[in-house]
Amino acid sequence: MALELKQSEFEIERDKNKCISCEVCVRQCSNDVHEYDSDQDTLYSDNSKCVGCRRCETLCPTGALKIRNREDQFKTNYNWTSSHLSNIYRQADSGGVLLTGMGSDRAHTVYWDHILFNAAQVTNPSIDPLREPMEIRTFIGRKPERLDFEINRNKDSKESLKDTNIKLKTKVPPQLDLSTPIMFSAMSYGSVSLNVCKSLAAAASEFGTYYNTGEGGLHKDLYGYAKNTIVQVASGRYGVDVDYLNKGAAVEIKIGQGAKPGIGGHLPGEKVTGDISNTRMIPEGTDAISPAPHHDIYSIEDLAQLIYALKEATNWLKPVGVKVSAVHNIAPIASGIVRAGADFVTIDGLRGGTGAAPQIIRDNVGIPIELAIASVDERLREEGIRYRSSIIAAGSIRSSADVIKAIALGADAVYIGTAALVAIGCHLCQKCYTGKCNWGIATQDPYLTKRLNPEIGTRKLLNLLRGWSLEIKEMLGGAGINAIESLKSNREHLRGINLNDRELAVLGIKHAGEAW
Amino acid sequence: MNRLNNINKINRNTQEYFSRFRIPSGCAVFGVVNESGERFSGQMVMDGISVMHERSNGLGGGFAAYGIYPGFEDDWVFHVFYDDMETKRQTEDEIARNFKILFGEEIPTVKISQIVNPPVIYRYFLKSKRNGDAFETEEDSIMDFVMHVNRDIRGAYIVSSGKNMGIFKGVGFPEDIGRFFKLDQYKGHLWTSHGRFPTNSVGWWGGAHPFGLLNWSVVHNGEISSFGTNKRFVSRFGYECTLSTDTEVITYLLDLLVRKQKIDIELVHLILASPLWEDIERMPVKERDILKALRILYGSALLNGPFSIIAGSSDFMYALNDRIKLRPLVAARKDRYLFISSEEAPIRRICASPDHLWHPDGGEPVIGIVRKKEIKKEIKSVRKIQDNKKFTKLVNTEMISLNKSRGDLNGSGIKAI
Ligand code: SF4
Ligand code: SF4
Repeated sequence: MALELKQSEFEIERDKNKCISCEVCVRQCSNDVHEYDSDQDTLYSDNSKCVGCRRCETLCPTGALKIRNREDQFKTNYNWTSSHLSNIYRQADSGGVLLTGMGSDRAHTVYWDHILFNAAQVTNPSIDPLREPMEIRTFIGRKPERLDFEINRNKDSKESLKDTNIKLKTKVPPQLDLSTPIMFSAMSYGSVSLNVCKSLAAAASEFGTYYNTGEGGLHKDLYGYAKNTIVQVASGRYGVDVDYLNKGAAVEIKIGQGAKPGIGGHLPGEKVTGDISNTRMIPEGTDAISPAPHHDIYSIEDLAQLIYALKEATNWLKPVGVKVSAVHNIAPIASGIVRAGADFVTIDGLRGGTGAAPQIIRDNVGIPIELAIASVDERLREEGIRYRSSIIAAGSIRSSADVIKAIALGADAVYIGTAALVAIGCHLCQKCYTGKCNWGIATQDPYLTKRLNPEIGTRKLLNLLRGWSLEIKEMLGGAGINAIESLKSNREHLRGINLNDRELAVLGIKHAGEAW
Repeated sequence: MNRLNNINKINRNTQEYFSRFRIPSGCAVFGVVNESGERFSGQMVMDGISVMHERSNGLGGGFAAYGIYPGFEDDWVFHVFYDDMETKRQTEDEIARNFKILFGEEIPTVKISQIVNPPVIYRYFLKSKRNGDAFETEEDSIMDFVMHVNRDIRGAYIVSSGKNMGIFKGVGFPEDIGRFFKLDQYKGHLWTSHGRFPTNSVGWWGGAHPFGLLNWSVVHNGEISSFGTNKRFVSRFGYECTLSTDTEVITYLLDLLVRKQKIDIELVHLILASPLWEDIERMPVKERDILKALRILYGSALLNGPFSIIAGSSDFMYALNDRIKLRPLVAARKDRYLFISSEEAPIRRICASPDHLWHPDGGEPVIGIVRKKEIKKEIKSVRKIQDNKKFTKLVNTEMISLNKSRGDLNGSGIKAI
């Protein structure tokens, strides 16, 4: 019964004059869109199968291909949009939950784009990062409230401290030491290919920052990057044992993810092949299902137990943090997490990416990261416990400006996931859940994964980190600041534009045009 | 109404203006300490700061003086600005409820044409009778009281609240403020002063510098670009920045680090103007670990942006530049005197040939320490010379007849000595 119009989202234009029938497109497209008819020596394309990843367009040697968005799939209707209609048609066919990949593409307000950063003029000189030191080194971990010293000096003597014996009495808990306030977000081996993991790990280690294993365990090829690895413990506990925990520089307990708050994960059995089954420590071919909650964490005191169990297991040598998705009640939740003993809290916002999530959840559950950081930072300060944990912001950090704004709102550092994948070729087609990623990223098909050369991937990621770090330094210097710690929660340097009073109040910033 | 008519009066609107907006300003700072604890007249400091006339614009000047009230060395002394007699009565009621008032009087001033519309200015010598249970230390309870008055009582502003020290400030050039308060007649062992060049046109007596809290006084030239971070950092420890000024947050940082967290004053610059990471990494292991720990913990206390500050406390003067020295600061020594100034000229004016004159590096502190014993010695000798029953002589000022205000004091149940 074909009652509905099966519209394709994309239209493929092939310029016959340019096409040389080399069949690159045929080989490159894992969705079998292109087909070569040898009788006629012509190429045909099936628009309806195209996902718009632009792999063929990018690789076509003569530039014969153009992939165009089809805006006019259905009659224009601001309420019943094309996406609602096609979703209903799809569900009427399948009766299932619609899946999607990557972060939400809905037109939710992107607060980053409504926030402007400051610069110094006259009363305060701006600083040139090319001539003056500009420090963006960042530490993640629990900070004691104060430092006590033992100073052996006769109070009345005149000798200066230089000649006396100072001892630090306070023990500073373990810290992650970042050369730039940017880390790579959790992406598991399984959801992405090993070549992606290698690129992330190598870039993090060369640049002096960290990448996160996600919930898929740690492949032995990545052991060498242990010093720059954050190992994740999620509800499925895949690949978690004491060696795994001790292979990382820090441990992150994953409670939730911005793209699918309250939802677990599912890696289908057909993807659980040799290496992945080893790394996740589950039999080949079995579904890897991460339950929605941790079945040993039904309340905050259970979380505290797990945090301390992990600290014990790692001899108190590594920071243990907790990742949650940004939900309405995020401020008290974060406060509870800090009190439960977490050394850092990762907050993943509404627009955060994913390998696979129900579209309805991704687009409708949670709150934007900007509002979440502002309210969490504020709440933790009101309660006097902000110093105890670092805050890592995640969920669609798209540029160095987003990083600067996140820190000025109150984050210590950010995680980037999507941005990192884009740097190594992702074109945001949002079909990661199909396992057919043409860019060799969200797939385990060896034919596709070899498209990403980890050395080139590493270089691209290093370039991205370098570029963003330079931009951060430029912006800091422009504002007359020469150390990133002086930007933290420094909302005086932010102004809102086109925001209403409520939004400004939640963000804790003034509107553009309002002076200090 | 022409705003200028009102600019010199302390009133709620001006105070609100000052708490709402951060007003960057360029400034002159100058300080002198005698490390032997010998006291000298305020004239020296007035002479010094007057040389830097063009660094201020008449919208604020002030002085902090230590050792000026030896007759009351162990008592709290509040200098207070009032809008009018009504706020004065209200505030005095509050003071009387919380303190035993040993003595209170209008601070003697002289009418000069350069100073217009001063507020009503009083000082009180006090012993605390606040119940200490709610507070860790007596200082905390004093701080709480001062913050309460400044925040909650309309038109009253406690300018200084230490012991054996006081802050004299107002709207005008510093040298005129000095004459107005007759500072030539006071003697102290440590003086700091400030001339202000704010980027706004509103002058408010309470908004002039030095800023004071307990024994601290801070004068500062610069603009702290880390203000928001610093403000949030101190707020965790109960310090509420009500004036939105850099000087206020610097004072709270010093109080927090030195008084409350007992960090040695000789380590404080490692926090406020911490060394660069690249320098820290080159240090020997032990020092590196200490510096690293300081920076990791106190990153939010780092003062960023251009500044030179002079902080006074009962027994030391502390000067510091930002770590890349974006504001001027000169220091000199002569015998037991230490001079610190925005420019060299004022030092040369007072002391033509110092033993040693230098330009401290960015982030390198200059500390003049007066040993407590020596202050005591000095107080004793003053006592011997002077009749210690006669307060007027001990504060080195002439008492002026204040019958009307004494009536007020009596009316509110406060006994004037
Ligand atoms: S799915 Fe990608 S590779 Fe295939 S036709 Fe569409 S754009 Fe080209
Ligand atoms: S990772 Fe691959 S499948 Fe996923 S959005 Fe990017 S290009 Fe598409």
